[in-house]
Amino acid sequence: MNIQNLFKIAIKALGNNKMRCFLTMLGVIIGVGAVIAMLAIGQGSKNSIKAQISEMGSNMIMIMPGAERRGGVRQSSDDMQTLKPADYEAIVNQATGIAHITPTVSSSGQWVNGNNNYPSQAQGVNTQYLDIRQRKVAEGEMFTESDVKTAAKVCVLGKTLVDNLFPDGTDPIGKVVRFGSIPLTVIGVLDEKGYNTMGQDQDDLALVPYTTVMKRMLAIDYLQGIQASAIDENRTEETIAEITDILRTQHKLRDDQEDNFSIRSMQELAQMISSTSSMMTVLLACVAGISLLVGGIGIMNIMIVSVTERTREIGLRMSIGATGKDVMTQFLIEAIIISVTGGVLGILAGAIATWMIKLFAHWPVQIDPSSVILSFVVCTAIGIIFGFYPAAKASNLDPIEAIRYE
Amino acid sequence: MAKEIIKIENLKRYFKVGDETVKALRGVSFTIYEGEFVTIMGTSGSGKSTLLNTLGCLDTPTSGEYYLDGIAVKGMGKNERARIRNRKIGFIFQNYNLLPKTTALENVELPLLYNSSVSAKERAERAEKCLREVGLGERLYHKSNQMSGGQQQRVAIARALVNNPVIILADEATGNLDTRTSFSILTLFQRLYREGKTIIFVTHNPEIALYSSRNIMLRDGHIVSDEYNDDIKSAEEVYRNLPEEND
Repeated sequence: MNIQNLFKIAIKALGNNKMRCFLTMLGVIIGVGAVIAMLAIGQGSKNSIKAQISEMGSNMIMIMPGAERRGGVRQSSDDMQTLKPADYEAIVNQATGIAHITPTVSSSGQWVNGNNNYPSQAQGVNTQYLDIRQRKVAEGEMFTESDVKTAAKVCVLGKTLVDNLFPDGTDPIGKVVRFGSIPLTVIGVLDEKGYNTMGQDQDDLALVPYTTVMKRMLAIDYLQGIQASAIDENRTEETIAEITDILRTQHKLRDDQEDNFSIRSMQELAQMISSTSSMMTVLLACVAGISLLVGGIGIMNIMIVSVTERTREIGLRMSIGATGKDVMTQFLIEAIIISVTGGVLGILAGAIATWMIKLFAHWPVQIDPSSVILSFVVCTAIGIIFGFYPAAKASNLDPIEAIRYE
Repeated sequence: MAKEIIKIENLKRYFKVGDETVKALRGVSFTIYEGEFVTIMGTSGSGKSTLLNTLGCLDTPTSGEYYLDGIAVKGMGKNERARIRNRKIGFIFQNYNLLPKTTALENVELPLLYNSSVSAKERAERAEKCLREVGLGERLYHKSNQMSGGQQQRVAIARALVNNPVIILADEATGNLDTRTSFSILTLFQRLYREGKTIIFVTHNPEIALYSSRNIMLRDGHIVSDEYNDDIKSAEEVYRNLPEEND
């Protein structure tokens, strides 16, 4: 008996019961479709987070004062003042793996222009901030090194601030606005970036030389943080180790003392976020997988009914020369045809569902080829696994009894 | 001397039902030669079904020997017996056992589907030829559920012929048919007999023995008579004399 003939027989048998065959397939179609769609949503959100983070600078390193504490332990204000401008200088002079670096200090307050005011922050940075965060000045220009040195009273505004302070659309460049009581000249406007994945408005921001914030606004001699970018994304870990060494030397920490600062890389952050999203994907895929399993049980159910119903046919086939193996193969092929056809249609349904989600819900989605291959393999496996028992049952029938079965 | 198609020696078949042993065949011996039309007759419980199953290689005897076309069937495995059934035996059943919603041609092709040495083209040709032989040349593509009982049985006969079997085993082949159709089927059997086919026709209807060349009578698992019929009646004549149903 060649397999080609068995295929013909199986297709013929399925064709005799189109409706039942389709309904059984539907279980698989829905299961596979759900798996494909869920994985597409998971993959899409993961990708969009990745894209956002790399836009923010995937090689970014953040240095914060105070030891890394977890679990809500309060840190004393002394701990928060461990980063000094001297530390920044030391890193600039000694670290080899850093492309750009800026101190950060920020002050919250009210931005005022005439009758208009808006609560936001003054972000104290140096000129390299733009390179680290991959931002650009859209109009006007960025402040200069000498502005930083002299703690010049200048600022570069984000789009949200411009919109709120100059609602009538006048050109803000050259105008003087106030932050609290300090007048600052607007010398540039940042490019528009919109909201990021975490829902933060990336345009609600004003850049001021960090010296201005430290001396004129907060009157402090320490830094709230340092941001840097590694030369090479893949060497972030080494760079972090390098900075750690420099800072420990700077802070004169003995070997048994803990770091009184902490360093985080964007990569870590990215991992944290994507691990959450991965977990969601796994959960969604599990639910979808269960529906696929139910579809498989549906196949088994129908195949068992089919074997009972076609007992006489099986008896006949055996009496005219089909071996047990022939009968078994025929029923297995029937189950596999149902599951694989269901799988292909399910992939199609999943692709359509994904496309609809993208169209109507505007969620970021992406169908991973591996998820398609996976569904296909799982489907075939389901056909074999759930088809096996009914097929074995059919092949073990006694032809004498089967042929006279009523 | 004609060729021995079937030779059984002291065939016994016992079944265990619970604690009891049912002796369906208690030592049956006969030889059937090529070209014979044998009716095996007996009441229910006489062992004729068991004998048929054994002759059809569906069942194996408890003891005794069985040679089909010179091959010892006893001791064959399931798969070997399936192969023997496929190549050497043509089955005809009381209730036709055609595949539902399937054309006559496909039904007749079925045994050849399980014989990989027959190509698709040859399969179709042979099936068509057999259907023409049984007088269904015009109904090749009729589905089994669109045909009358007599036509369905003709398809079943064509199916039994398609693998050129050494023996045709018919089990109450006219049992479900009205008298007139029965005789038309019997006429077909007689024609096959005249063409040299070897036929075993199992039935409980004593009338059919008149149309066969030999009659073996079974009772309680024994042969009670084994007689040759020198005066074979023509089924065709009876068929012609039966009034056609005009309604």
